[in-house]
Amino acid sequence: MKYEEIVHRCFRCGYCKFTSDYSDFNCPSYRKFMFDTYSPGGRMWLIRAWLNDEIKNSERFQEILFSCATCANCVEHCVFSFSEDLVNIFIAAREEMVNKGVIPPPVRDYFKNISINGNPYKEPADERGRWADKTAINAYDGQEYLFYVGCVGSYDERAKKIAGAVGNLLIDAGVSIGILGENETCDGNEVRALGEIGLYEFLAKQNINLFKNLGIKKIITLDPHAFNVFKNNYPDLGGEFEIRHYTQILAPLINPEKISLKRYEAKITYHDPCYLGRHNGEYDAPRDILRSIPGVELLEMEQNRENAFCCGGGGGNFFTDILGGGEESPNRIRVREALDTGARIIAVACPQCAKMLDDAVKAEDLNDKLEVLDIAEIVTRGLL
Amino acid sequence: MSSIKNVLSDIVGQDYVSNNPEEVYLYSRDPGLMPAHKPDYVVMPQSAQEIQEIVRVADREKISIVPMGAGLALTGLVIPQKGGIVVDMKRMNKILDVNERARYVLVEGGTSQGLLKAYLEKNYPRLRHSLPDAPPTATIAANVMIHGQGRLAQQYGFNSDMISGLEVVLPSGEICKIGSCSISPDWFSKGPPLPDLSGLFLGWFGATGIITRLALKLYPRKKLRDVEIFITDRENLVPDIVYEITHTEMAEDILVFTQPLPMMFKDNHHVSFYITGDTDEELEFKRKMIWDALHGFIKSKDGGFMSIPPAMRPTLLEMPQKSASRLADVKRGGGFEYSGPIIVVERYPECWRKLVELAVKYDLAYSGMVRIIGRGHCMMFGFAFTFNRADPDMMERVRNALKEVSEFALETGGVFWKPTVEEQKMAFKKMDTNTMQLMKTIKNTLDPNGIMNPGNWEVN
Repeated sequence: MKYEEIVHRCFRCGYCKFTSDYSDFNCPSYRKFMFDTYSPGGRMWLIRAWLNDEIKNSERFQEILFSCATCANCVEHCVFSFSEDLVNIFIAAREEMVNKGVIPPPVRDYFKNISINGNPYKEPADERGRWADKTAINAYDGQEYLFYVGCVGSYDERAKKIAGAVGNLLIDAGVSIGILGENETCDGNEVRALGEIGLYEFLAKQNINLFKNLGIKKIITLDPHAFNVFKNNYPDLGGEFEIRHYTQILAPLINPEKISLKRYEAKITYHDPCYLGRHNGEYDAPRDILRSIPGVELLEMEQNRENAFCCGGGGGNFFTDILGGGEESPNRIRVREALDTGARIIAVACPQCAKMLDDAVKAEDLNDKLEVLDIAEIVTRGLL
Repeated sequence: MSSIKNVLSDIVGQDYVSNNPEEVYLYSRDPGLMPAHKPDYVVMPQSAQEIQEIVRVADREKISIVPMGAGLALTGLVIPQKGGIVVDMKRMNKILDVNERARYVLVEGGTSQGLLKAYLEKNYPRLRHSLPDAPPTATIAANVMIHGQGRLAQQYGFNSDMISGLEVVLPSGEICKIGSCSISPDWFSKGPPLPDLSGLFLGWFGATGIITRLALKLYPRKKLRDVEIFITDRENLVPDIVYEITHTEMAEDILVFTQPLPMMFKDNHHVSFYITGDTDEELEFKRKMIWDALHGFIKSKDGGFMSIPPAMRPTLLEMPQKSASRLADVKRGGGFEYSGPIIVVERYPECWRKLVELAVKYDLAYSGMVRIIGRGHCMMFGFAFTFNRADPDMMERVRNALKEVSEFALETGGVFWKPTVEEQKMAFKKMDTNTMQLMKTIKNTLDPNGIMNPGNWEVN
């Protein structure tokens, strides 16, 4: 297994479970299950035990490995020099399980759907660009930027609205964008995180070739997950592009010349997506946008920025639901934390977070108290 | 066995009971070097009432029961020596009350040190507790059960001295309150003016009951905190240096560290003392008092103050010190273990010489970590050796070195801190017979079926 030479170096001290001020446990799967086996240190020790044939690949072991949301809280807070590789180690263990063909059925089904349909929803490719039908967004034809929407933004009903809001704002602000529509396919971030490296490389190379053939140099992503894989993993396969998350493009455009906003009175708290924040260090652009809207009061949750608590959707859990529901599910914990700020709106910058938190608001019966909106949707409300 | 799992599931919910191989594997060992023993079940209760029911089931079925905090003692104290039920306390992590004026906090038995630190800093910035340098997952209850020491040890003693009340589930399943809380709504004293019954539970590693709530004394938190390091290369002078510093009553905490690397540290003894103050004037006054107290050592050229590099100061001031955990990866192998006998400070020179001798003998990387407890009343001398988990030979050499430390500690007048099962047996051999008989009577009276963390403090 990749990283096998590191696995035994975990002392299991548990710093990885916490926020930086130790105010709470911040590992989503540990918060959900509470057994030490579901913590990063527990995983490290169990992976070693599995490699040494001291435990078998059981359903429980699969749940322990695949419930990791790859949120990188452990990477942020582990005190050892190998901290950067913690999520990579968990992915490598998943890869080993994938190669041995013993993985949870929802993970297997996810791979199959991506492999057959290019998306996890079993939807046809020609439906992929439908979200843009009633917008002024055109197919990519040499525009400055490719606007890459991804599977969730293309097919999920809630996320399609977010894709539309982002696309319309960018067009209105004069940003030159085009989309791939039916030619777009899965970016592979979750495929990689779930350990199917062969399928990931196939998808990535397919995308890289397509982007190169179309002369694409710059990409704006809707989804931080795509942002992450394009920025950090595609270069290893020869895919060097200028990658921006849409909030990074939008933030400097909120001005009277480009996007002028009226007063919008709202108390808003912002949920940092792990793949934008901890994985890529972008904490400010979304906040800058919110602060630039007159009338918006930005209220921070206890756990924010590098200490933000994951919604539980990362690492493929959005599709496989191995973390599962219930009162202690990460998305429900997160919306309770949002409620405590006194905010009425949870702002998100990720369609997966939007959906996860939307579901949690419903489960917590907070529909009359909290609304989950993407930053682009909030900006749209403030348009003159 | 499956029916017992069902019974436990009925008590805590099926999500919080496991006999899966994964939990059995992980809860059968701690990060130290003690041999693994498998539990039959791991349970995670959320209330004292649930613990009562679990204990009653264990008593009825004659199954062992082992309460566990974060499992960080390293000496195997929560490894279930005879199988049974490991009770992971971490779901009971609520801070229940803070009495600001009486300076105490009431917490549940699984509350972590880190959680309390963060809570006080946010809500009661003028209060603090004696935070140990164990990782922040360490629980407050487990720490006092092993007589841990923290940042205020030099001023106020062992963390167990700072307890001001306990709630314990007895081996019979009854809940018992210890201290003022047994009579009063206020948890200000663990015993006085009543007979102090806390000793029936503190230091027993859960062999006499499970702490479900405890009150801990809090102390003033000053606005400013700083550290100085006085260095000498003469080990014989360390007790004198400590004596002079403690005489000033100006230090918050006094540690001595000694390690072979970097080379400039080799054979030096770094007496680190921390000072606190609400104003610069207070801080400087304390600093000057201690500087003046140590002036004689400087004049005789026996020592001097280290110029602390700016990058090193935040590391030294960090609480808890992450560097204590990082020691585990010195050999890129994720392991360290230490024996930390409690011993009078005047034995520092012998301890240090033994540490170096064993490191050479067994070819090990070492660190000496000393914390002064009380105004020089005693110290914890940590003989710490790092090891590589992937190197069985190195692990065996550490075991052998620590065995020699145990023998040395007893011969030198020390008392084991958080002793392994083997060290407990060694202690009994040397212990006053009547004391041992009293411990036996207490254990057998409280736990006649011997279900509570068996193997520990077991007088045969």
